[in-house]
Amino acid sequence: MAARDLYASRSARFIRAFASHPPTPISMTIYGTALLAACHILGIFLGELLGRALGVKTNVGGVGIAMLLLIAARYHGHARGWLAAKSEDGVNYWAALYIPVVIAMAMQQNVVKAISGGPMALLAAVLTVAACTFCIAVINRREVIGSGDESPNATRS
Amino acid sequence: MDTLLQKIATDNGLILSFAVIGLVVLCSGYISRWLTMGRIQGSAIAILIGLALAYVGGRMTGGSKGLADVTYFSGIALMGGNMLRDFAIVATAFEVHPAEAKRAGGIGAIALMIGTVLPFVIGVSVAWAFGYRDAVSLTTIGAGAITYIVGPVTGTAIGATPEVITLSIAAGVFKAILVMVTTPMLADFMRLKTPRSAMVFGGLAGTVSGVSAGLAATDRKLVPYGALVATFHTGIGCLLAPSLLYFVVRALV
Repeated sequence: MAARDLYASRSARFIRAFASHPPTPISMTIYGTALLAACHILGIFLGELLGRALGVKTNVGGVGIAMLLLIAARYHGHARGWLAAKSEDGVNYWAALYIPVVIAMAMQQNVVKAISGGPMALLAAVLTVAACTFCIAVINRREVIGSGDESPNATRS
Repeated sequence: MDTLLQKIATDNGLILSFAVIGLVVLCSGYISRWLTMGRIQGSAIAILIGLALAYVGGRMTGGSKGLADVTYFSGIALMGGNMLRDFAIVATAFEVHPAEAKRAGGIGAIALMIGTVLPFVIGVSVAWAFGYRDAVSLTTIGAGAITYIVGPVTGTAIGATPEVITLSIAAGVFKAILVMVTTPMLADFMRLKTPRSAMVFGGLAGTVSGVSAGLAATDRKLVPYGALVATFHTGIGCLLAPSLLYFVVRALV
């Protein structure tokens, strides 16, 4: 018991020292990229576990979970001040590469196969996109009209 | 000389693809500014050029990865592959305002459900119209209309024939390409302006590739919101199509 108390007080002292004299937030681009990578891997891992738990052979929302983790990390980092601007560059760079990556993705779509899929594949795709577009339009129109002022406690003038 | 160039190109595939993509973006920027007077976004044009090159590459090589099957451009496969694509998508989460995302979370989830069931129903109906009558084929083609990954996963799980699986992939790839191309044109009609509308879009339009490219070509600021929802699309599809949706089809046929 005594040993554990000693341990507890020691770690408490350490945390207190850490909190009162936080190490200068050494800012390096790689920290941001490493944070991004850690969130990515953890998210994929959790998505994989979720897929297993649901009995599906694929990853369920791994990337979405990773995004949520990164949002949380950023929020926490700003609140506690451990995320410096230069570290954020390590994430922002990859976010800026997003469109080029998407163009590279477009370049390796199997366009030939899609076209050779024949009228049935084409018709299924066209009708699906048309119906979904229509649904999106309906939902978004309702949202815009239904909630003109965004926040619930905003006062109407 | 040719083998030397080929060696350099394959050894530095990713680097070469940075240069190639940069060039394509540069050209599409000029096309956007001078030929369309800025009416069509540069990134939309770049994606169209990308798809055209993918067609050319596919025709030249007979492969399945578009331009990436051409030896000189093999690095495109890495740059535009799932790993870097997902990495870049996760990075865009840095721009998300948590309050916006939270507020639209519910409607995003509803959109996700509709976006799974509606394409499936349409896919099954089209397959029915084309003469398919067995539950396995109908379900597989319906699943293909959700995303081009859900199609083959479902088809394999319930034992569809290779031809039907191929058809389901074709339907899914076509859908992704259509979403990429039509989103910037239909953005006004869909009222695609706010984070909330982007989340509805992400849930309904489905396929990460379609949504991510479609939003990139429309408004870069909306990308993370749409992607946040769309990344659940394939998982939900793979969950529902071979189980619940299949049982429903089997009961009806």
